[in-house]
Amino acid sequence: MSETLTTTPDLGADADTAAEAFGPSARAAERGLLRFATAGSVDDGKSTLVGRLLHDSKSVLSDQLDAVEKASDARGLESPDLSLLVDGLRAEREQGITIDVAYRYFATPTRTFILADTPGHVQYTRNTVTGASTADLVVILVDARTGVVSQTRRHAAVAALVGVPHLLLAVNKIDLVDFDEAVFDRIAADFDVYCRDLGIGEVTAIPVSALHGDNIVTRSDRIPWYRGPSILEHLEQVDLEHPEAESQGLRFPVQYVIRPRSAEHPDYRGYAGRVAAGVVRPGDRVVVLPEGRTTTVTGIDTADGALDSATVGDSVTLLLADDVDISRGDLLAAVTDAPETVSSFTATVTQLAEKGLRPGMRALLRYGTVSAPVIVQDIAHLLDIDALTPQPAPDALSLNDVAQVELRLARPLPVEDFRPGGAVGSLLVIDPADGTTLAVGMVGDRRAALRPHAGSRRVVQKDGTVTDGSDTSSAPAADGRCRPAADPVDPTPLAVAATATDSDSFPTPGP
Amino acid sequence: MTTTLNAPATGTGQVPRTGHLRALESESIHILREVAGQFEKPVILFSGGKDSVLVLHLARKAFHPAPLPFTLLHVDTGHNFPEVLAYRDKVVAEGGFRLTVAKVQDWIDDGRLAERPDGTRNPLQTVPLVDTIVAEQYDAVIGGARRDEEKARAKERIFSLRDAFGGWDPRRQRPELWGLYNGRHAPGEHVRVFPLSNWTELDVWNYIEAEGIELPDIYYAHQREVFRRNGMWLTAGEWGGPRENETPELRWMRYRTVGDMSCTGAVDSQAATVAEVITEIIGTRITERGATRADDKLSEASMEDRKREGYF
Repeated sequence: MSETLTTTPDLGADADTAAEAFGPSARAAERGLLRFATAGSVDDGKSTLVGRLLHDSKSVLSDQLDAVEKASDARGLESPDLSLLVDGLRAEREQGITIDVAYRYFATPTRTFILADTPGHVQYTRNTVTGASTADLVVILVDARTGVVSQTRRHAAVAALVGVPHLLLAVNKIDLVDFDEAVFDRIAADFDVYCRDLGIGEVTAIPVSALHGDNIVTRSDRIPWYRGPSILEHLEQVDLEHPEAESQGLRFPVQYVIRPRSAEHPDYRGYAGRVAAGVVRPGDRVVVLPEGRTTTVTGIDTADGALDSATVGDSVTLLLADDVDISRGDLLAAVTDAPETVSSFTATVTQLAEKGLRPGMRALLRYGTVSAPVIVQDIAHLLDIDALTPQPAPDALSLNDVAQVELRLARPLPVEDFRPGGAVGSLLVIDPADGTTLAVGMVGDRRAALRPHAGSRRVVQKDGTVTDGSDTSSAPAADGRCRPAADPVDPTPLAVAATATDSDSFPTPGP
Repeated sequence: MTTTLNAPATGTGQVPRTGHLRALESESIHILREVAGQFEKPVILFSGGKDSVLVLHLARKAFHPAPLPFTLLHVDTGHNFPEVLAYRDKVVAEGGFRLTVAKVQDWIDDGRLAERPDGTRNPLQTVPLVDTIVAEQYDAVIGGARRDEEKARAKERIFSLRDAFGGWDPRRQRPELWGLYNGRHAPGEHVRVFPLSNWTELDVWNYIEAEGIELPDIYYAHQREVFRRNGMWLTAGEWGGPRENETPELRWMRYRTVGDMSCTGAVDSQAATVAEVITEIIGTRITERGATRADDKLSEASMEDRKREGYF
């Protein structure tokens, strides 16, 4: 991963222009916050691309570059190694690899960014899941000389699995194939076919040279046949509207009960939490789950005063009409669109720890603000995330496995299918002994949820136009090189069980 | 010897209902409520510096109108800026908070710590911090560290598990996905929590402006007698400066960070209001820690090494 830029960054001049380039409006970059992740295999140039993006967008300050220069010099390198900017741990620098996800921050006049810089080296699946889980967009790198490889498909599949709406394919090292348009077209077509199978909402392919800075921040005049945006321009333009999130029924996991018991507020009882789905307004009827009583929202409180409404992502405190017994772990949901309570459910999990999930294992479930005992009832099958086909279930999961499992709850809970964004339907499986996060998961059969793709698709073409790719069949591209994912072998989807019959038989866990 | 201006009047009202700052505020409030929901005895590290002031401000918002469900802890190096200590005590008194102070001097006096030859006490904070966490049985320690400060901190989780020695093992970090924070820990371990992880220095200042948050006045330009050491403008004090060959001079300065006086540098500045500070930060070529922290320059991995030993 330790690639060295051949073009030496001109430290002084770049830093000088930083304020002019992005300064004045960095204050008011209110187009919104874009969270994105990078993925790519070793040697695809990911660290170089991230370093280039930060450097060329003037997001690296002079003392950071000084430190990189010194460290590069100490290693006998002729020019600054920008991967040292992002590889923050001693072991990473020693080994020249990225070990762990790191988060970086930068802003342009139009937008602020949080970049989850994920390692592409070993253990890629769990790292890609980690980085992608909060991302609005994932940048996937391929080497123009090799094109779409198994890792590329895995990264795209993981992004689809966690519901990332936008993918950006950076066809890197385009200079090493003489800026050949046909090479780019072929790779973009290969990737598009695979993404169509995955049901990714938007796909953009951009030819780049991370080493030389072509199409990273500014558009390259060395690639005249490409008239689309640079990577940074695309990141600035991506549409972040999630109108569907607000049209869904309210989901409000109760985090904490606020009871001042003070002279000023003797009877105040508020339910603090963050809106996970939908909108809440005073007057709304809500049901308290899993118990099932209904009541009315009388107010939405914040430290800055009452609100008329609160929506997805807002941390607020709800006041209710009735003195209902509600505590942390309860869910307030719209009466008209409430989830069912279930005593067992299917989840698509990624194994994160060495200690693998196995049937019969007792664990702790974290679901929203719920913490509850759970038994791994069954491992239905492994998921080959290259082809998204089911494979036979092992006795126990191994690190990085993606599998479909059935979890049985001690008591019925309102667990429902995963929604992109992860505020609904995401879970952790925790080792009760030492607290280790064993696996993370998404409720439901994600493979079945991914396809066939039903929604509209946007594909940004290389001439800069946007087309609707939704009605295209998944036929191979004309040159026959693309590899559509294998025919879906339909595993019997494990429907979310809606019964609560066996909850009593679950033994009470120890303290 | 030191002349400070009055802290500027700030406060242009509240953060707008939408946008980047509101999203950060909502996320931080969610994190702080998770701490209250998951732990028995959490504490906020409060030094009077802008990041801990912001954490306290957000925590008060998170539990409004109830009292703060956290106490405060300050590890006092003995080399603090008097203005900051006065500010700390004022905030504590006005808010009615409970503050525990762990004094590095106490550890030196009874021989548990030895003064370093270079006189800096910043690295000495770790032992009193960890000792106090153990003695008070804190299970969550909330700090104002941000990922944009330093490259080892860019790798830090929001809920960061520490062993019985307070140590951080980057290879043992728990993956953190979606908004699910796992605070489970074995007896003796504790969790460091960083609600400002996703904030940048500029975000902090924009929020301070929007919310009208008062800070110690050394954050704003004032005339100060300083001397030059290792590329830093340091303030004279009982900690051991200036030395014979170091000449004090009067300059217009302000502080970008507030820590131990022996290793926290002032920066040349005319920025006397929050708005001017923001303009200055936007135009700066130097990071916050690069400009003001001598101890981060000791080696490429000094922050990582200190974190492994239990530093916050």
